[in-house]
Amino acid sequence: MPDELKSSLVGEVRELQEITAATDTRDYLFAAARQAQRQYDDYELIVDVDAHTQEGRFWPEILEFMENDVLKHTALNQLAGGIRTPLINMQPGMSFQSLSGRVPHQSGPRESVSNPDKPGAAFVEIAKRSIDFMGVDYQVIFPTSMLHLGMNPMDDVEVYLARAYCRWMVEVVLPQEPRLTSLIYLPLNNVDQCERMVREFGNHPQIVGYTICAVRHKPVHHNQYMRLYSMIEESGKPLVFHAGPHWDDPSFTQLNRFISMHALSFVHYNLIHMTNWIINALPERFPKLKTVWVESGVAWIPFLMQRLDHEVLLRQSEAPGLKRMPSEYMQDMYYSSQPLERYDLKLLEATFDKMKASTQLLFSSDWPHWDFDPPSSITTLPFLDDQAKRNILGLNAAKLFNLPIKRTRPRAADAIAARAADRVS
Amino acid sequence: MSEVNVGPASSFTDPGRKVFEVGGQEVGVFLLGGEFYAWENRCPHLDGPACQGRLLPLATEAVNADRTSRGREFSKEHMNIVCPWHGMEFDIRTGRHPTNQAIRLRKVPVRVERGEIYVTLRA
Ligand code: FES
Repeated sequence: MPDELKSSLVGEVRELQEITAATDTRDYLFAAARQAQRQYDDYELIVDVDAHTQEGRFWPEILEFMENDVLKHTALNQLAGGIRTPLINMQPGMSFQSLSGRVPHQSGPRESVSNPDKPGAAFVEIAKRSIDFMGVDYQVIFPTSMLHLGMNPMDDVEVYLARAYCRWMVEVVLPQEPRLTSLIYLPLNNVDQCERMVREFGNHPQIVGYTICAVRHKPVHHNQYMRLYSMIEESGKPLVFHAGPHWDDPSFTQLNRFISMHALSFVHYNLIHMTNWIINALPERFPKLKTVWVESGVAWIPFLMQRLDHEVLLRQSEAPGLKRMPSEYMQDMYYSSQPLERYDLKLLEATFDKMKASTQLLFSSDWPHWDFDPPSSITTLPFLDDQAKRNILGLNAAKLFNLPIKRTRPRAADAIAARAADRVS
Repeated sequence: MSEVNVGPASSFTDPGRKVFEVGGQEVGVFLLGGEFYAWENRCPHLDGPACQGRLLPLATEAVNADRTSRGREFSKEHMNIVCPWHGMEFDIRTGRHPTNQAIRLRKVPVRVERGEIYVTLRA
């Protein structure tokens, strides 16, 4: 029996041990596999449009691809000095995501893998455990600690880390697992380098789009980005805004608890970028460019629709590029589901109606972050019909990201049985 | 309904917890202040393995008589089980969420006889 399971057989009674950051992902997500078996095992396709690397464990592999020798030297020195993610502008003492250890998967992954020394293999093996047990066919991978990189005052660091991460993904990770896909991180502080990355990596079949990590103070409607958006529009792949937390934003420094900042910060950045995107009429200027708004839940969407519709009717002269109401442009855009605000289901149903969720909403897990959603967050919604659930869980994403509608995940019962066999072997 | 012996009471620390799986049903058994409590290992949030998380005292807002706050303090009386999926906390004695008491774990009957612990499972 593998040590990490920490389970033992007591006659017919089996003891399950405490879940920690070292727990195998399959045991952590065992209940999710049971949900898959009961609720959506027959669905044709499940796509998770937002899951994450925990770069801390894989940072030395990523730094191998650092193309600037001075920065690489600096990073390796920091690494040798015990800093887990050199060059990343996050303060370790301000990291509260794991709820002070209450949610252990946020602090991992510390589980053991079969081939820890082969670059990329640990990440791929752990990611595969999660998609097999959540019952996911394809997963789109985003970084974690790089979500704040747009605020790094050293803009060359953003460029070189973006390139190193992208090369690690394309050259090391993606070739090992066709069910994993990723996006190009656009280092928006240097538009020439963004365009270079689009040219260099944009055609990779497992690169399904481009991402703007939204924690930044660069207005996304600035003229310097128009050529970049044209290139992306031409590529046919979507532009994905990924929100994030940022406690240093001046208004947020009034908030004295992480929960307060976290509740507002993700939404805040999407509100700002979406408002600029609409008021400056970018949907009219780039009618074929598809945009996706990630990791802010959905409650903010009807708020902004109402608010902008109201203002545009009164102040048309300040948004003269619009030919339709803001809410209509927003209804053409795509949104990821997590963290789905499920407390008031009536309000959630009205939100789904307003945003046309059955065609525009994309399931996302955000695994392995503390507020992840399994696919059951969608399948257990009482007001959705079966087709809407199938669309949100996979078919909408297949259309958007041009993924084949072909089952690649194991049957949930097989995944459960394989793990059960491992547990007693 | 069937009653199952899950082992000796002496194997528990106080406070302490063990989680058992019997025939597909999972039950968390807790010892706190000399009393045993048992709850289904199924979180009311999204069915996560609630009983396999950490045991931590309830965090409280320490408000003075003049309504100023001293910040947060751990309770000396209340101990919670924390669901490891997303962090929901439940009082070990009542199974209820500290803020919204309507959100709670499902109770499992538990008793001790001749030093052995018995839980009653659904049929
Ligand atoms: S499933 Fe327990 S907190 Fe979410």
